[in-house]
This record gives sequence, C-alpha cells and structure tokens, in this order.
Amino acid sequence: MNSNIFIIVIASAIFYGTPLFFAALGGIFTERSGVLNLGVEGTMLIGGVTGAWTCLHVGGSAWFTITVSILMGALAGGLVSTLLAFLCITLKTNQTVAGLSITIFAGTVGLSSYLANIWKVSRQPVPRPIRKLDVFGLSDTPIVGPILFHQTTLTYLSWVLAILATIYLFHTRIGLQLRAVGESPQTADAMGINVVKYRYVHTIFGGMLAGVGGVFYSLAIVPLWVDGMTKGAGWIAIALVIFGFWRPSLALLGAYLFGALQSLGSTLKARNVKISGDLLDALPFFMTIVVLVLVSSRFAHRKLGAPAALGVPYEREER
Amino acid sequence: MRSPVRLERRLEQPKWLNWVVPLASLVAALILGAIVLWITGKNPFDVYQRIFERGFAGKRAFSGALEMATPLAFTGLCAAVAFRMGLVNIGGEGQFYMGAVGASYVGISLGGSPTGITIILMCLGGMVFGSVYAAIVGVLRARFNTNEIITSLMMNYLAAIFLNYLIFNSKSFWRDPDSPQFPKGKTLSARADWNTYSIFGVNLPIGFLIAILAGSAVWVLYKRTRFGFEVGVLADSPKAARYAGIRTTSTIVIVMALSGALAGLGGAADVGNFRGLLDAKGIQMAGYGYTGIVVAALARRNPLVTVVVAIFIGGLTKAGYALQGPNFPSGLVGTLQGLILFTAVAGEILIKYRIRMTPRRSEVVA
Repeated sequence: MNSNIFIIVIASAIFYGTPLFFAALGGIFTERSGVLNLGVEGTMLIGGVTGAWTCLHVGGSAWFTITVSILMGALAGGLVSTLLAFLCITLKTNQTVAGLSITIFAGTVGLSSYLANIWKVSRQPVPRPIRKLDVFGLSDTPIVGPILFHQTTLTYLSWVLAILATIYLFHTRIGLQLRAVGESPQTADAMGINVVKYRYVHTIFGGMLAGVGGVFYSLAIVPLWVDGMTKGAGWIAIALVIFGFWRPSLALLGAYLFGALQSLGSTLKARNVKISGDLLDALPFFMTIVVLVLVSSRFAHRKLGAPAALGVPYEREER
Repeated sequence: MRSPVRLERRLEQPKWLNWVVPLASLVAALILGAIVLWITGKNPFDVYQRIFERGFAGKRAFSGALEMATPLAFTGLCAAVAFRMGLVNIGGEGQFYMGAVGASYVGISLGGSPTGITIILMCLGGMVFGSVYAAIVGVLRARFNTNEIITSLMMNYLAAIFLNYLIFNSKSFWRDPDSPQFPKGKTLSARADWNTYSIFGVNLPIGFLIAILAGSAVWVLYKRTRFGFEVGVLADSPKAARYAGIRTTSTIVIVMALSGALAGLGGAADVGNFRGLLDAKGIQMAGYGYTGIVVAALARRNPLVTVVVAIFIGGLTKAGYALQGPNFPSGLVGTLQGLILFTAVAGEILIKYRIRMTPRRSEVVA
C-alpha cells in the first residue's frame, strides 16, 4: 500500500518542498514589509554552507549538532540579508539590482563556494544528517504514515510556522502594521509606525528562514555540501511568494507542488519508468513560468495583489 | 532621535560624478574584498598583486583579458540595453547559450564557405537564436505583465538543460559522433575559425572588435534615434509614453529581442573565436551572463563604457581561472565581482543624493 507511487510522490513532495517553503515564507515576510529580496538564492547557499560546516565541526548529541547547524545557517542567512536591508532600506538603492548583487556575491561561484573551499567542506558527507522521524511509531500506517508521520523535524516545524505566520500576519496588531508598511509606508509613518525598523526586522528574519532552507539542502536532501546545490530553488521560492499571493498557506501548497515536480525525477527513475531525465529536470522551471503567467493576469492581481509599495524605497520627505 | 546623516536628493547631477563614483565604488569593493580575504586568513596584498600580474600586466596577460572581455562585453551590453528601459534581463546567460547553439549550427553546416561570410552568418545565427529566446520573455512581460526577472532566470535553467541534452543525452547534430565515450561537441570546420589579430604582441580577437561595433551601434540607437528616445521616455515615465502614443507592448518585445541578440552574438563569438565547438560544460561553468550584469552595472548602462569595463572584469576573471588552486580558492573572483556589484549599486546613491550632516540641536543653540 505504502509503496504506491502516489503516496511516495506526495511524501517526497513534502520533503523536497520543505526548503522551498522556508525560503518562500521568508520572502513573504520580506515582501509584506515592502522589500523585494532577489538575493534568496545566494542567502540559501550561504545558509547551506554554514550549516554544513557547523555540522562537521560541532560535536555532541545528534540533536544538539543539528540544532546548532540550523541556527548557524539561520544566522548566516540573517547576516547576508542584513546587507540587503542596508542597501535597500538605508541606501534606498534599486532593490532589483541590490538583490541580484547579493545572489552574485554569495551565489554558486561567489562567497558560498569560496567559504566551502577554505573551510574544506566540499563534498564532505555531514556526520549527522537531518533524518526523517518515525512519529509515534506510525510511519508504517497505510497512506497517512509516510505522508504525515515520516518527515523531518524541520518539516513539522514548517507546519507550525505556517500557522503562526498566518496568525501573525492577519490576526495581530503588529502583523496589521507590517502590512500597512508594505502597502503605504507614508500612511504607516503618519500613524507612528517605524517603517525602517519594520522593514529591517522582517527582511532579516526572511533571510534567516532562507538560510534554514539552505541548511535543509546540505543536511537533509543530499546531505553534503556541493557548490550551487540549491540549483535555482531560491528563485522558485521567489516565484512561490507571488504564486501564493503573499499568504503562507498558499505558499505551503505551492511549495509542495514544486517539491513534487523536483522529486518526480528520482521517484520515477527508481521505478524504472522510461522518461527523459532532462524533461523532468526542466519541469519545475517550465512550470514556474507557466504559473507566473497565470497569476500575473489582471484578475489575480486585483483580488489578491502584491503589497502596493513592494520594491519602492521609502523616503520620508518625498511624495 | 534623528540620525546625524541625511540623504538629500540632488536637483542637478554633476557630470564628473558619473566617472568618479564608479571608480570610487571599485576601490571600495577592493577594500571590502581585502577585508574578506584578511578575515579568511589570506594576505590581500599578495592576492591582489597576483590578480594584477595574471590579469593585466604584460602582453600575455592582457591578451587573456581581451579574450575574456569578448563574451563579457556582449553579455554586459545585453544587460545594459534592457536596463536602459527598466527591464531586468538576467536571462543573458541562457540567451548566450542559445546564441552558441545557433552559431555552432551555422559553423558546422557551412564548412565550405569563405571565412568572412561564415563569420557573418554565424553572427546572424547567434543573434536570431538569442533574440527569439529573449523575445519569449518580452512577450510574456508585454502581454501578461509577467515578471521578466524570474521568467528570464528560469529560461537560463531551461537553456542549460537543453544544452546538456544536445551534447550529453542525445545524438544531436551538435554532438561529435566519433566520441561516444566522452560526449563533446562537433568541431567546427577550420574555415569557421574567427580571426585573431596580433597588435604589438597583444592578441585582439575579431569578436572583441565586433563587440566595440555593437556597443557603438547601441549607443547611436539610444542617443540618436527616435526609437532610443521612446525607450528613454518609457523608462522614465510610462504614463507620459502612453499619452505620447508610444507603443509600450512592441517596444518591450523589441528591446528584449535586441538584448537577447547581443547575448546571442556573444555566444557566437565564444564558439567561433575561442572554443571551436559547442562546449556545453565550458560555457555553463563560465557564467558570462551573470557576470555581464556586473559589467553593465559598473558601466552605469553606458554601452561604450560597458565594453571598456568588460576588459577590466575580463582580466579579473581570467586571473581567477589562471590562479585557481589551493592558495586561490575558486569562489574568490565571484565574491569580488559580487562586491563590485554591491558597491556600484550603493554608489548610485552618491550620484542621486547629497549626503548632509545635520548638526545636533544642542550645538546649534550653543
């Protein structure tokens, strides 16, 4: 029963979708405050390499090592996005180019690869990978076992985060103020909200989540560090923010859809299904374009649109 | 509490800033890079000296810089042309691949024609492939208002997969049938080899001359023609452009196609001047498209300056390749390029704004 292909695909969609969701959730926080972060890919890579290094160097129990690795990855992601925040919020630069510069600086052939080289973590299997849990011993339960009770801690954490983020954004005062900052910073400022502070905090927190997403790659999916191992996941996450209409719940669904596309290749290959590997590799990227075209239609935008001030630096004395 | 530093929008932008600021950002990037090197236990002076020696000093090094500058000038122009209209085409990478595919098709097929004609046809092949590939992004942007940044990037991944398919996973026209064990591209006929001139001992590839030509053509197009004016209006004020009857949709598609054509031309030069075959792994490793964004940003979108900046970044990149080893980790040059982009972006602020120090209240009273 549990070797049914659909169940395997759904279970691995959740596994592969987890880092996408972390990065997309980070993007939601960042963009809700009005900052566009195109540096997600680079941020994830820095998080991933830092996580791998930590895992190789910090001893102790498996739980301890993994927790510290995740925290270090988050910290590194936070640092990288602090740079972005400084460029976008304080220096009010063009956010698109600022984000790109983060991805080039930190990306596949940039700092993440440099660090991997000098830290000597390239292709070193991490001693304590993030493993799937057997929750309440239910992983063998028909149908729901592999899907719900045989996932990683980070996956369960992401479910909690999705709920908390929804409550935070739509049912708390701070969340309301955050959305105000993203929609109309002038109004928010007039209301006495500190626009700069809100933007900094949420950009940095968004980067921390992207860093955790990166750690999931180097500690759970592979689990070792390979240069450029996120292979565009950061960009797919940015698309997921749009696809999820800036809502955590929809982004979670989107992440699992793309997780399914990413895992389809290995699942089918394991089943000896004859299908071109290239075609399967191309699928997530192709679908990202298709989905983006669909959601950028006028209806979708008016109903569930982007924060109005997204990508616009806030200048107090100008209108 | 008010911050003591304030940014004030400049009413006029002095001309000299356009030169001084990029140079200052370059220096700032080198200083930041030195800090990164120092933190990670390398001697920054030593590293920079070696980069300078291998990248620029002497005829051999400068030949290498020009070789690397050739593809970068094209991808830089690709980014600059789109930036000018406020479009962010980061698909230069994929359009470059497609250009290489188109040009190598021509180069393999036209074994017998004279070299001059082959070069022109290869250029055309590269331009057509690159521009069609970029135009898809333009059409999606113009018709459906789809974010061109993400679509153009996704197209890069698709182009990379396509390239791998052609050389590694199929028996395509581009693949060398005599080497089934080690898949590689079919070698172009000798007549399709692009010339390289030697001037005072420095190798000047014809591709670089074409890049200068292309840069000049773009400059004329944007500064001296009605179309260029319209692009400028569209960039600065889309509303005004609509009232003036400028056709936004078609202009977006044309600018994207032009941008892609330039990247495609770069792919053609890469195949014709340097590799002599469709080298799927090699051009993916090089990442010219992404580096082109750095070139365009540092050149502040000026097409002629772009070509010059390409030499500088080219030398840096070449040195990075030449020096790669245990003492010179591979990600270093990419990190430096990223830092240059950082400071170039941050430098824009000094051109647009004046930094004012506001005196503290108490001091004013006293």
